[in-house]
Amino acid sequence: MSERQIQLEVLRYNPETDSEPRYQTYSVPCMNEWVVLDALNYVKEHLDPTLSYRWSCHMAVCGSCGMMINGEPKLACKAFIHEYTDQIRVDPMANFPIERDLVTSVEDFIAKLASVKPYLIPKEDKPISAGEFKQTPAELKKFKQYTLCINCMLCYAACPQYGLVPEFLGPAAISMAHRYNQDSRDGGRDQRQEVIATDTGVWECSFVGACSEVCPKHVDPAGALQQVKVASTIDWYKEHLMPWMKK
Amino acid sequence: MAKSNKPIFWGLFAAGGTVTAFVTPALALVTLFAAMRYSPDMFTYEVIHAFAANWLGKLVIFGIIFLSLWHAAHRTRVTVHDFGVRADGLVAIVVYALAGIGTLLTLVYLLHI
Repeated sequence: MSERQIQLEVLRYNPETDSEPRYQTYSVPCMNEWVVLDALNYVKEHLDPTLSYRWSCHMAVCGSCGMMINGEPKLACKAFIHEYTDQIRVDPMANFPIERDLVTSVEDFIAKLASVKPYLIPKEDKPISAGEFKQTPAELKKFKQYTLCINCMLCYAACPQYGLVPEFLGPAAISMAHRYNQDSRDGGRDQRQEVIATDTGVWECSFVGACSEVCPKHVDPAGALQQVKVASTIDWYKEHLMPWMKK
Repeated sequence: MAKSNKPIFWGLFAAGGTVTAFVTPALALVTLFAAMRYSPDMFTYEVIHAFAANWLGKLVIFGIIFLSLWHAAHRTRVTVHDFGVRADGLVAIVVYALAGIGTLLTLVYLLHI
């Protein structure tokens, strides 16, 4: 167990008292096995109890501790100290308004996620007595990867397009819509297409691919969005060139 | 919110991207060989001219040029945006107009062969 003295440079901002954000540096004795979240917890417990940040599970499941570590969107619980030099800069997630210190306001994302109806909308009502909805392994494989999203919003912090156009529905919300659209038990695709096949939906994406690079759960949102584009393009040609195909 | 009409351009962009990825490198190589005066009998002027004179050949040549042009137009539009030029409407008109003119000229030239 080796110990290293890390200079942790953290963005501080309290909108009630500060006119603008500033950096504060803490000198933290870190175990080499630690992650950046451990260093933040050390600060909170031993150096400065006023530091605010979100965290919960410490194991890349809850998606709470997303932040910029040396300018890169990361889960603080998955950013190992041994991968960094002795100087580490921590900022709140980019593209989100700061609520306080490293805590960002997530209302925009939550509203967008809700707007794509991220839940099963069964094709037909089936009484419980009729039994379960069965699914083959192949049918499950079509969407399983997209179920792994933990709503950590790192993809929004990485997406330059979301930074430019805040109305953009964004990677995670569209991937989640895709997850339910691909589900053999679901019948809600037409409702979701009204939201995602729009100018500020999937068509705002310019396929930079940063979302997939930073995703801690390997959801590959960029891939999902490309699939949504292909499917929406086929829809468009069907609707405009073969209107008699309409249900 | 209304559904987007972007699929028109994106469809051409995606199809053109596939064509460009598969066909353009081969065409560049063949052209390079021809420029170095290494052209097998298959690539003589007469053979290529006969290919372009056939209606199926015309269709293939038109497909490749038309899709490549619209792919390049859309790619340019997005790249210009990425470089920070915030005049998407104007850029779109210019690049799509160029692709449109190119498409028309391709048609005219092919029909003259």
